[in-house]
Amino acid sequence: MLRPRSRYGRWWIYLVLTIALVLVIAPFAWMVLGSFKGQGELLRNPPTWWPEAPSLDNYTQLFARLDFGTYFTNSVVVAVAVTAGNLLFCSMLGYALAMLEFPGKRVLLTIVLGTLMIPGVVTFVPLFVIVANAGLIDTLPGLILPFLVTPFGVFLMRQFISGLPPDLLDAGRVDGASELGIFGRIILPLCGPALATLGILTFLGSWNNFLWPLVVAQTEKTYTLPVALALYSTGQNNTQYGLLMAGACVVVLPLLIVFLVFQRHFIEGIATTGIK
Amino acid sequence: MSAPTLAATVQLPPAASSPKLPRKRGSHPGEGRAAWILAIPFTLLFLAFTVWPVIQSLFMSFTDTKQKDLRTPFAVNFTGLQNYGRALSDPVFVKAAANTAYFVVVGVPLTLGVALLAAVALDKGITRFRAVYRLGFYTPVITSIVAVAVVWRFLLQPDSGLVNTVLSWVGIAGPNWLGDVQWSMPSLILMATWRNFGTGMIIFLAGLQAVPASLHEAAAIDGASGWQRFWHITFPLLRPTLLFVSVTTAIGYLQFFEEPFVMTQGGPLNSTISLSMYTYNQFGYGNYGLAAAMSYLIFIVIAVVTALQFRLLRENT
Repeated sequence: MLRPRSRYGRWWIYLVLTIALVLVIAPFAWMVLGSFKGQGELLRNPPTWWPEAPSLDNYTQLFARLDFGTYFTNSVVVAVAVTAGNLLFCSMLGYALAMLEFPGKRVLLTIVLGTLMIPGVVTFVPLFVIVANAGLIDTLPGLILPFLVTPFGVFLMRQFISGLPPDLLDAGRVDGASELGIFGRIILPLCGPALATLGILTFLGSWNNFLWPLVVAQTEKTYTLPVALALYSTGQNNTQYGLLMAGACVVVLPLLIVFLVFQRHFIEGIATTGIK
Repeated sequence: MSAPTLAATVQLPPAASSPKLPRKRGSHPGEGRAAWILAIPFTLLFLAFTVWPVIQSLFMSFTDTKQKDLRTPFAVNFTGLQNYGRALSDPVFVKAAANTAYFVVVGVPLTLGVALLAAVALDKGITRFRAVYRLGFYTPVITSIVAVAVVWRFLLQPDSGLVNTVLSWVGIAGPNWLGDVQWSMPSLILMATWRNFGTGMIIFLAGLQAVPASLHEAAAIDGASGWQRFWHITFPLLRPTLLFVSVTTAIGYLQFFEEPFVMTQGGPLNSTISLSMYTYNQFGYGNYGLAAAMSYLIFIVIAVVTALQFRLLRENT
């Protein structure tokens, strides 16, 4: 501390930060409270804050009439598959690039790093053509396969594994472990923090992914939650505000809970992958 | 998804230097084979779903590929730069480019400013409840943009929306935020700032905490004011972080799509249509070649803007 200051810092900064916090969080509070209101109350002017007659009607309708249960399952299946693929395949290559010597290593590394910056919009059209010709339009594999590996994942895992002591390999070899055994039994168990960061970021990205599922998921059986919500909010249900609020809650709240549980990993992950 | 991807690029220098392994090359017989077994799944998926589409997209952009050519992507006519010319002379594309520029030029500094302000306040201004504020400010980042857009569209309603109701308490007659040509883009920029400043804040916080306290103490002894210390010590040391956050934010904003798609459908009167959204529309109409050309134009803009930011923020350090 440079200057003698009260134990709590300056009171007005707390005041400003608290007002800012209320403003930032208010839309979420509004969304949750709104999901328990009826259509009449939501359209009232001036608007009410607390629901007058809280009811679960919106949620009942969402799952009974609009089949949000299916969309929820699709979202979970896609996000879990994409996350598992990234954790496994990216750590495998990340390890090979960090610790092993093999022909073609430099070329592979250059291509992986070179594609880190290419925006998704560039690959979008041909990707659709490829997936369409493979007959994967409107299937869950069509939603999963293009995202199963990312150059970012390899980059992150390689960075982390490069920081582990290379003596681990020799120690494993002396103990008679196979080359693949060294990866599975020695390296992978040490990668916890990096795997947590990659897993969380991947799950988050997949859960919120919108553009690709919007074109690939063409019927209700493959809709993910954001697609269903977007289509209902711009389609014929666009004036059913209670339903839309409840739908938004179903999209946001599971992730919010995951986030609150793992927030330390989230935030440290962002900070450490962002800067060194 | 673009934010973490870009996170990596700025880190490239440390990544490019591979660790010095104290072992002789090729001294282990199974090593090369094991490495390739580990590399194969990634490499195959990566070639099929990233490398190949990048190449094919470039090829498509020089052809008249339409939806009907889906099954025979190579039996198409080569049209040279025609798609690029068509995009650049399309008034809606030009409008979309202007809207995107507006969004980026106002949105990026605003987002960075709010993020930096929040980070400095959390780092220097307070000593308690830091984690609570950090968590609260970061929450909008993790939420689905579609869900957020649905909620905001409702909050911004002209008559019964919460925003205008609150404004009316202090005597301000709020505009028809999303329905007015003047206010539609500012509304989207405000929403994007609300949603994205948390990422910048977290990264700035980490950067601020890396500034050695001894430097500040020495400057304070020499009589430097708080503002002088920030400007002459913290700011220069924060430059790499600033570069990183501005590059990733700009790349994300240059591709903005979901906000207008869900909130305004590009309206009113195309006042919020973005480059990505117009490209998506062309794809929807089946004009694949044209859409590919537009996507490469976006790519070129992103590359130029990124290079420019590197020049601006790397020099004079």
